[in-house]
Amino acid sequence: MGKLVALTGNIALATAMRQINPDVCAAYPITPSTQVIEQFSEYVADGLVDTELIAAESEHSAMSACIGAAAAGGRVMTATSSQGLAYMWEMLYIAAGMRFPVILACVNRALSAPINIHGDHSDSMGARDSGWIQIYAENAQEAYDNLIQAVRIGEQMDVRLPVMCCMDGFTTSHAIDTLELLDDKTVRDFIGEYKATHPLLDVEHPVTYGALDLQDYFMEHKRAQAEAMKNSRKVIVDIAKEYKKISGRGSIYFEEYYMDDAEVVMVIMNSAAGTVKTVIDAMRARGEKVGLLKPRIFRPFPYNELADALSNVKAVAIMDRADSVGAEGGPLFMEFKSALYGRKNQPMMINKIYGLGGRDLMLNDIEEIYKELREIKNTGKIKALSEYITVRGEEAAYGKA
Amino acid sequence: MKKKGWKELPIGGVILEAGNTRGYATGDWRTFRPVIDLDKCTNCMRCWIFCPDSSVVLVDGKVDHFDYDHCKGCGICAVECPENVKAIAMIEEAEAKEGK
Repeated sequence: MGKLVALTGNIALATAMRQINPDVCAAYPITPSTQVIEQFSEYVADGLVDTELIAAESEHSAMSACIGAAAAGGRVMTATSSQGLAYMWEMLYIAAGMRFPVILACVNRALSAPINIHGDHSDSMGARDSGWIQIYAENAQEAYDNLIQAVRIGEQMDVRLPVMCCMDGFTTSHAIDTLELLDDKTVRDFIGEYKATHPLLDVEHPVTYGALDLQDYFMEHKRAQAEAMKNSRKVIVDIAKEYKKISGRGSIYFEEYYMDDAEVVMVIMNSAAGTVKTVIDAMRARGEKVGLLKPRIFRPFPYNELADALSNVKAVAIMDRADSVGAEGGPLFMEFKSALYGRKNQPMMINKIYGLGGRDLMLNDIEEIYKELREIKNTGKIKALSEYITVRGEEAAYGKA
Repeated sequence: MKKKGWKELPIGGVILEAGNTRGYATGDWRTFRPVIDLDKCTNCMRCWIFCPDSSVVLVDGKVDHFDYDHCKGCGICAVECPENVKAIAMIEEAEAKEGK
């Protein structure tokens, strides 16, 4: 078994990067992900890795450099947050469209305006259609485990897609957490050597990347990209199982907490899931059949598996730490409604927008949501389909901030 | 060239074959085409040097015709043709097609 250590989420990611030892890392620092590259740059300076570190002049340039390095044939990683991810936007699509398995550690943070540096999921949720695989982590341990698995998932020959590994800003990135590290050799054996598909540095076989692709071929390339994302579903399962063998840890598409007999369930991602577990423990001790479903993989969205997991549940609260302004609910809610549409056993479903800009979700807020779900289960009536909670000025029965 | 289905294409829109533009007519959106008067041409080769699409075709080392499959009609050849020669005229593509 590995070594038990106490690290911040950011240092846990930097440690995983040191063990992965990528060929190139191009980055531009931004709160709260700064520490990832700061720490990793020390590993580079100390000669612990062979990585070429590129301190780019912006996130747009950082992702561009990652794409160039990936085209050259390298294993490439970077990290960012919030505005930094937003500034990478057009390059995110290019990394995915060119099918480069770039790995990005996204330390989730709110998007301006108003300016805010704290955790919510607006940044990565906004990038959900960019063609990147997205994996979410509750704590430093999961963030570390996900980053290592991401390398294998993205590099699989029938996938070859970039992977974004997300964790919450500050709550996970800056808090010191205990986690178990694998030893360096185990990680290196697990990820193996990267073999680029058509590296530009293979001068014996010159290729063109980024050629104009018009009405006659663009759609065929997009169809192939969609297939790669579809292929990643099985790969994610295989890699998670293989990783469990060497680590003893990890869920696949999602984690289930007291789901076997749960009547009312909360669906929540990342760090707040830990708080929900604490509430569940207390409520279960009183005999209440409450459960948690914590999605790990958001792209590709595991429609069937998630819908199956909710098939015996009466009422569900989908918790979104990002809004899709103008839609009826947050991104996670829309996905779940879509996943459950047409199914025989549909639970009643509500949506809560919580935690924007780092707003705390407290134990009693969570308990109130479970009470509301119980009320919905008993009466069959929904008062509000989607609403903000823990916000001042709302008439909600709970969540007075 | 028969168009390929999505399963047959190389990954990520990459082009594996160098110089494959030969098999792909890139000049079909030209609005003006260069027409050369070979009686005036002195074979100074300026058009051949300056053409960005290698569309000035030589035969036996002398300017012979233009490759209209790849000429975009930019007109650089006509501009570069020396003032006292001016053997290249740019004519509207529509007129050229009507044979005027």
